[in-house]
Amino acid sequence: MSTILAATTLVDYFQESWELPTTCAYVIAALFHVALLGAFFGLPAGIFIWAERKMSGRIQDRLGPTRTGGRFGWLQTLADGAKLVQKEDLAPADADKMLFRVAPYFVIIASFAAYMVLPFSDGWVAVGSDIGLFLILAILSLEVVGVILAGYSSASKWALYGAIREAAQMVSYEIPMAMCALVPIIAAGSLNLVEIGRMQTGGFWNWFVFHDPFTFLAFFTYFTCATASCKRAPFDLAEAESELVAGFLTEYSGMRWSFFFLGEYASMYAVSAIAALLFLGGWDIGIPIIEATPLRESGLGNYVASIIGFVVLLSKASVLVLVQIWVRWTLPRLRIDQVMMTCLKYLLPISCFLFLGAIVWPLVISTWLPQTTLWPTPLGEKIQRPASARRLPIEAGKSAKVKIFSDGSEQSASTALVERND
Amino acid sequence: MTGAELLFLLFAVATCGGAVAVVVSQNVVRMAFWLIVSLGSTAGLFFLLSADFVGATQLMVYVGGTLVLLIFGVMLTASGPYVSIKSSPADSFLAAGIGVLFLAMIYMTVYSVDWNEAATAGAAVTTVDPATGFNHPDEGNSSRRLGLSFLGLRLDGGSGYLLPFEIVSVHLLVVLIGAAYLARTKRRVDPGANAEG
Repeated sequence: MSTILAATTLVDYFQESWELPTTCAYVIAALFHVALLGAFFGLPAGIFIWAERKMSGRIQDRLGPTRTGGRFGWLQTLADGAKLVQKEDLAPADADKMLFRVAPYFVIIASFAAYMVLPFSDGWVAVGSDIGLFLILAILSLEVVGVILAGYSSASKWALYGAIREAAQMVSYEIPMAMCALVPIIAAGSLNLVEIGRMQTGGFWNWFVFHDPFTFLAFFTYFTCATASCKRAPFDLAEAESELVAGFLTEYSGMRWSFFFLGEYASMYAVSAIAALLFLGGWDIGIPIIEATPLRESGLGNYVASIIGFVVLLSKASVLVLVQIWVRWTLPRLRIDQVMMTCLKYLLPISCFLFLGAIVWPLVISTWLPQTTLWPTPLGEKIQRPASARRLPIEAGKSAKVKIFSDGSEQSASTALVERND
Repeated sequence: MTGAELLFLLFAVATCGGAVAVVVSQNVVRMAFWLIVSLGSTAGLFFLLSADFVGATQLMVYVGGTLVLLIFGVMLTASGPYVSIKSSPADSFLAAGIGVLFLAMIYMTVYSVDWNEAATAGAAVTTVDPATGFNHPDEGNSSRRLGLSFLGLRLDGGSGYLLPFEIVSVHLLVVLIGAAYLARTKRRVDPGANAEG
């Protein structure tokens, strides 16, 4: 008998309390997760569209929406959505109809599926995969397919040019983005986003952005590359009306057009959440308030602490999205050759240099201090893994003396792994 | 039918159906689209086998990389929006014959393995790595083992794959340099300068 607050996972809850068969429990738990993620995918996009219009208005010395929903135009996004839903579903006569219809779904599915591995608080993750970051980068790279199909199937030259430029930009910027995302992974030693979040708890000095100067620079480089990869200004040639009518979106109207923009805002939010998780401490407040109180010891208190962490992560991601909006309306747009030159001549060498520096940093530190980080305790000690570790029945060969731990002790591989279990 | 079997059926139908659609469709870009569907479903099959790292790599390399290049090449060489490719009946017959032979070879290979024995032997090996993070113990946990084996340390004994890893890295470096060389800006020869000399 377990209440929903104390259950370990939704699947266990459905299996124990409601006594459903395993497949049924998995399906219902999956539907719950999908509904929750759908809410976190659609609602922030709606809020950020409103925020963008208000912020852009203020930056341009005007007010933005003020009529729908009261003084601040809260319901402007809803009004826009209602307008777009009732628009006629047009497609050009020469268009490849099937690909024309399928293209927005690729963009939306890629952005939506990235939320699957994003943890929203300690342990609150849909798929707590050990390769979470790699999975996110792989899924976000599927958006390019939707862009290319949209531009091709529109049977319009602006759409084709816009799609090719856009796809070239997105594909090129994925490389420095992935390398900059790898820099805190080198500091963390794990691709699991929940573990990375846990390593940064306890105070803002534990955040990876302050770990070494290379991760500090990697944060800004990652943010730039992520902005470019989301097709946001100053890298937004695809949506530039003065350049290409509307790029690959030219022939889209109504709900399909809004799918593209929903996907864009959702992926903006996703990469901001990744930046907050990797660099800015995730769900950590920054000052160890929650660890000082006995909040985490009771079931309800643990839930409240997780909710606080959840709000903190959403706030950090929202601040980064607002920075992206602010940058869009402040900086002028880059030409396509300037965009590619920035990536290939500047950001890629910078990210290679940061990667190399992050690898060399622990070696340099360990020549002077008997540790590999500037702070006294290694970060990995803060992780408490779930107590499901199994004993190792096999030793990795008597002659395998491998220095796995960098605290100077020579250990054979099997004992090293046994120690990591507790 | 359990959930795992249902998911396998879904992904298998998508993989095989996408592959058949690649062969059957006559528009080149649609063929590329069905290939994306087929390769993405193969990634799903990898995830069902708890090979999460390989599944993510399949998505990133095949779907994200190869097909983007494929679609670029297709689009830039197609002269109109509907370039159709129709094979002659002789080609179709020959291809069908080769396909049937290949299927027979795979069938005989698969059914000559004793899968029950292979499953029990595999289970003994896979108890080496404990669950970490928030994975269930059955969920794919392969990235740590893969990484260590590429550095020469296999967790179930034996030497790792350090030498093949380094050889493949050098190969990739050669490919990168070759591609950068092929894509360089070529200097235009000025015909006026030669005429004056």
